[in-house]
Amino acid sequence: MSRFMNISNALPLARWFGHRHSRTSPLQLLLRNRLAAAGLIVLIAVCILALITPWLPLHHPNQTALGNRLLPPGSDGHLLGTDHLGRDILARILWGTRVSLSVGISATLVAATVGSILGILAGYFGRHVDNILMRGIDMVMAFPYILLALAIVAVLGPGLLNALYAIAIVNIPFFARNVRGVTVTLRNREFVDAALLSGKGHARILLTEILPNVLPVIVITMSTTVGWMILETAGLSFLGLGAQPPQADLGSMLGEGRRLISTAPHVATIPGLMIFLLVMSINLLGDGVRDALDPRLKAGALRRPAARTRTAPAARQQPTGEPKGLLEVDNLRTEFHLDGQVHQAVNGPTFHIEPGECLGIIGESGSGKSVTAMSLLGLVASPPGIIQNGQVNYQRQNLLGVSDPVLRGYRGGELAYIFQDPLSTLHPLFTVGDQLVEALRAHRPLSYRAAWQEAVRRLEEVRMPNAARRAKSYPHQLSGGMRQRVSIAMALANDPQLIIADEPTTALDVTVQAQILKLLNRLREQKQASLMFITHDFGVVKQICHRVAVMYAGEIVEIGPVEEILARPAHPYTRRLIGCVPSVDYEGGRLAEIPGLPPQVSNLPVGCKFADRCDQVTDQCRAAPIELDTLNERHQARCIFAREVSA
Amino acid sequence: MHTQLWRYIGKRLLLMIPVLFGLSIIVFLIMALIPGDPAQAILGAYATPDNVARINTQLGLDQPLPMQYITWLTNILQGDFGRSYAQNRAVLDIITERFGATLILAGTALVLCSIFGLLAGIISASRQYGLADKMITFIVLIGISMPAFWLGLLLIMFFAVDLRWLPASGMYSMWGGGGLLDLLRHLILPASTLAFIATGVIARLTRASMLEVLRQDYIRTARAKGLHERRVIYRHAFKAAMVSVVPVIGIQAGFVLGGAVYVETVFQWPGIGSMLVNAISQRDLLLVQGGVLIVAAAYVVFNLLADVVQFILDPRVTA
Ligand code: SF4
Repeated sequence: MSRFMNISNALPLARWFGHRHSRTSPLQLLLRNRLAAAGLIVLIAVCILALITPWLPLHHPNQTALGNRLLPPGSDGHLLGTDHLGRDILARILWGTRVSLSVGISATLVAATVGSILGILAGYFGRHVDNILMRGIDMVMAFPYILLALAIVAVLGPGLLNALYAIAIVNIPFFARNVRGVTVTLRNREFVDAALLSGKGHARILLTEILPNVLPVIVITMSTTVGWMILETAGLSFLGLGAQPPQADLGSMLGEGRRLISTAPHVATIPGLMIFLLVMSINLLGDGVRDALDPRLKAGALRRPAARTRTAPAARQQPTGEPKGLLEVDNLRTEFHLDGQVHQAVNGPTFHIEPGECLGIIGESGSGKSVTAMSLLGLVASPPGIIQNGQVNYQRQNLLGVSDPVLRGYRGGELAYIFQDPLSTLHPLFTVGDQLVEALRAHRPLSYRAAWQEAVRRLEEVRMPNAARRAKSYPHQLSGGMRQRVSIAMALANDPQLIIADEPTTALDVTVQAQILKLLNRLREQKQASLMFITHDFGVVKQICHRVAVMYAGEIVEIGPVEEILARPAHPYTRRLIGCVPSVDYEGGRLAEIPGLPPQVSNLPVGCKFADRCDQVTDQCRAAPIELDTLNERHQARCIFAREVSA
Repeated sequence: MHTQLWRYIGKRLLLMIPVLFGLSIIVFLIMALIPGDPAQAILGAYATPDNVARINTQLGLDQPLPMQYITWLTNILQGDFGRSYAQNRAVLDIITERFGATLILAGTALVLCSIFGLLAGIISASRQYGLADKMITFIVLIGISMPAFWLGLLLIMFFAVDLRWLPASGMYSMWGGGGLLDLLRHLILPASTLAFIATGVIARLTRASMLEVLRQDYIRTARAKGLHERRVIYRHAFKAAMVSVVPVIGIQAGFVLGGAVYVETVFQWPGIGSMLVNAISQRDLLLVQGGVLIVAAAYVVFNLLADVVQFILDPRVTA
């Protein structure tokens, strides 16, 4: 029943089909898939057998021998036994397979031809043609399709050819739909217009420009429908509506044998097994083809992230001494293993947060700041993420090494997150009140009712207008600002010691941004909580943070008190970042582009990672890793000229 | 919520009208394809000149096609599906007698395949590439490649002939008194046969959409809240995955209703499916027509139900 797979994304597939530069070709991928390869082998074997049947030393499939009725498999001269008329089953199976295969393939070709023509016409000419054709197709699809095939056979009369037509007709819509989809996209490309302008006729464009491009889609659809068509023609024959005696296909043999099921089961089971083998091998191969052609599977992106980031043993050791501050991050290293490449996203940042402090973490996107934040509680998607080394010490425990239940206790309890885009981070199908209740009840033994009241109170605390009523809303019914208030309420639900806010205002418009910032800052002061604020905007840092860590290519390049860094930035990158902020007080100014790109985290340079974009770069910068230089006990920077500048 | 739900149902009911209309046109057109004289074909062996004349006026066969359609549709809307000449009864009577059996069989199969398909899909997704996932994936693959008629025969062979646990055919035993228990005993094999194949499709889709959903940001949020992984999977991910699975369960209704033709034939279940097969071999075209129409309409209703469930699940769908 592969027919229900979604082939709406067939165009990228098609493009990929013709793409020969990738490191592994689709064919290699296909063969690497053991099941698909097995399917291919079985299918080829069956096809070869069916082709050479006429030349094999077999009994005549229709030669009756009443003396030899119902011989069991393994009988002398009849490897698979005989049926109720004494005919040799092996011969009949092979001849029947020939019939079933050719009928199934012919039906597929008919359906593919007619369906593709309809699809191309509908997609190419659009408007009325499209409307009429596709409405018709929709109507046909509103039928349970086997039923439609039955109705057609009923009218045309039983017979193998009529069964073939019936099965072909009910499959036309699948081809028409898929092909139309691709044609519509192609139609809107320039090259078709260019061809029209150059005076080519529609017929030529359809044949030379469109057809070659939709061919892969037709092939994919064929591979996913041919198995079904063989199955269904066999089914019609089984019902006595397809092949008529003396002609026999696998289905009609099964139909004839079914009355003997209690006395001579092999007469029915053997043809059934053959159909099953045939269809199964085609489906295995079809699945393999699809997997090989689906680029998403290739990257392993469809793997489900585990409940917790994978953590190497080196990162699970418990701390020996007394940790610094409320939470201490020490030499954290998080990597992504993608496509056989290692991306070093986080390269050993070391910092701590004091109780009640607001620490800003700033950097461009891709600087590793979000991954750092998410590594703290094991929220980095894994695969592909893996924490290789480091410690995250909280209350004398390394969070990277604690047990799952302990970690769950901290998550959303003493340590809470606020994420960037509240539309995608709130569950779309639960009311916000319900989601808050869940957060509360995960950490406290409250009845649903009591938790609901608490949830409403928390919503009031974040100044949600009309909180009692809003609690019953779904996220999509709220504005962006209100949604972010919900996220904040949810993070604060269990009075956390530390709030980790990952660009909580980036998705919001300027005025709302300012409100949310004020709110966060006020709540932090009220609750005496610490705040780790991740952003790309120095304006925000200036407004609410006490200290700031600047990240670049997974490293901290500068860390210190906000006023000091704003006054005397020691690292060229920090200066650039500051330069991007409008000089007036925070106005939500966007980070202007800093020229150049951060280095590829899969291929980091040995020396200063900022060297390629730095205007003060010297040979010495590239020679060896640059260490963090301590300028005073609170201010450090990773640049060989740090002292000169800040002095 | 309730007024919204009713408004939605009302709207969907209205939208059903053009679909049913389209179905009727297709059935009518197929019947118009009959080669040769339609009255002859419809009557077959019963084509006395009298009967031919009667059919011709009754169906308006001497009129142009559009007029024929209108006559035909008016008759059907009045509950007149014509007569089965082979059985010499009104088509509507035969259909109503048989429809219940098909609904019981298809309904049970649909419930079974939904339950097992969803469960298998969830287990598969939550243990991706684990042993359970591989086994389920393989069984699913067998399921979608298995001819229903063959599976039915195998089950009969094993459970009815060899083990003698369950009856091989029929809906009630002749001496069983016809209670619910008797019905259930007869239902197990055909319903499982019908469900097995659809289970595969649902399991596959559930697995795929669970995997898709588990990568969403709101799942990370659920974990960040400190929820147990069980709750994350069975509550957060499952509900979201259902949104894309439910319409497919609706589509599976069509497969189950169609597959009932085979299963009813194999198990001699007295439903519309086996009736259709007999009617086709007897060239009892009006009975075929009535049966096809009624099952197609049932399919439309199943899809409507799926849409309503979808509406209840997903607040973003608006009435
Ligand atoms: S170490 Fe050299 S390249 Fe790096 S930031 Fe300092 S001056 Fe620029």
